[in-house]
Amino acid sequence: MSTTSSSAIATDPHAATLATLAKVFGEGVFTTSRLHDNLRIFVPRARLLDVLTTLKDQCGFRLLAELGGTDYLGYPGRTRARFEVHYVLRNLDTSEVLIVKAGVDDPDPSLPSVMPLWPGADWMEREVFDMFGIRFGGHPDLRRILMPEEFVAYPLRKDYPLRGRGERHNFPRLSREES
Amino acid sequence: MALTPGAPTGRPASGPASAGSKLTVQSAGTPEIPENTILTKADAVVNWCRKYSLWPMPFATACCGIELMAVGASRFDIARFGAEVMRFSPRQCDLMIVAGRVVMKMMPVLQRIWLQMPEPKWCISMGACASTGGIFDTYAVVQGIDRFIPVDVYIPGCPPRPEQILRALIDMQGKIQKGGSLFGTGLPEMDERQKFLAEKAGARAGGAIASERGDEDRYGYRLPGGPARLGLEETR
Repeated sequence: MSTTSSSAIATDPHAATLATLAKVFGEGVFTTSRLHDNLRIFVPRARLLDVLTTLKDQCGFRLLAELGGTDYLGYPGRTRARFEVHYVLRNLDTSEVLIVKAGVDDPDPSLPSVMPLWPGADWMEREVFDMFGIRFGGHPDLRRILMPEEFVAYPLRKDYPLRGRGERHNFPRLSREES
Repeated sequence: MALTPGAPTGRPASGPASAGSKLTVQSAGTPEIPENTILTKADAVVNWCRKYSLWPMPFATACCGIELMAVGASRFDIARFGAEVMRFSPRQCDLMIVAGRVVMKMMPVLQRIWLQMPEPKWCISMGACASTGGIFDTYAVVQGIDRFIPVDVYIPGCPPRPEQILRALIDMQGKIQKGGSLFGTGLPEMDERQKFLAEKAGARAGGAIASERGDEDRYGYRLPGGPARLGLEETR
């Protein structure tokens, strides 16, 4: 490995980042997988903030480009947690893109908020909370952002019906005579 | 207006019952009209004035609004039909054009704007989304604004051509000329008031009837999964 490290750095844009992560965390903290050019890092939720802090401070990922959630309920062959939150990080100096994923499961899915690292996570975490009901501990203002305040369900969960549960039709009806 | 059908009018009251009276009532018959004089009803004159000076309130939420802007611009020129004064305050408008999909977060806003418009007022539901929800049959999109506010003219299309909007405006003018009176009476919709009140009287105190919630099967359109029957507790 040591003999090919210089050539691997030249070909693999993620080699330096992986080397730094391996030096800090060693084995067993995270797993990786690749799809096309994407490198995905799976992290347990207990070490999520440590890994993200290291990536920001030591690997130069100063931009949180995207934060989103997924519900894998009923996904074929799925063995990991039901929900997954992904953080797409970007190094603005090297244009390196990295995806960090953290699984979280029922009941009461919750993750630590990354707003101390990237303040731009504010609305993105609110949206994940709004759509999936994943709570971000430490978020200063975790309210619904898209759905109305009185909405009680989490509409992007797979067990929520597409047409809703009648919420869209619970309004007073104004007739011609009353208005 | 005070005439009753059974009252003997229009012919001389010269029967035996009125033998003691010297009063003689003559039928109006065909009056002599002086030259250059037009006889009409005040309602017709007022409706004629109303229909050629509609002030639209553009409630544009989606791509239909772009077509609505095209109608207002010089190529199609809604000013030819007297409806060019688009006002963005509902207090100054009498024709609301709902152009685009209305989501459940927007519906209270739409209702509030409708209530803020002064009488007499009319509503055009423009496009597939405003009329039926269109392709957006999801939890957030209202499946037709006519469930919750009265609609006079519907425009099909996704989005409709500007000519269709002009056609709808002409239809709207026809409806205004025919319907209503100076005081807003005589509209066929007024019959619904009586039915509404009768049904409301039978409901329990504080409870809403199906037509108030807008979830009954109207015009043969059946809700997927059956009509919603959510009460006060479920919607809290």
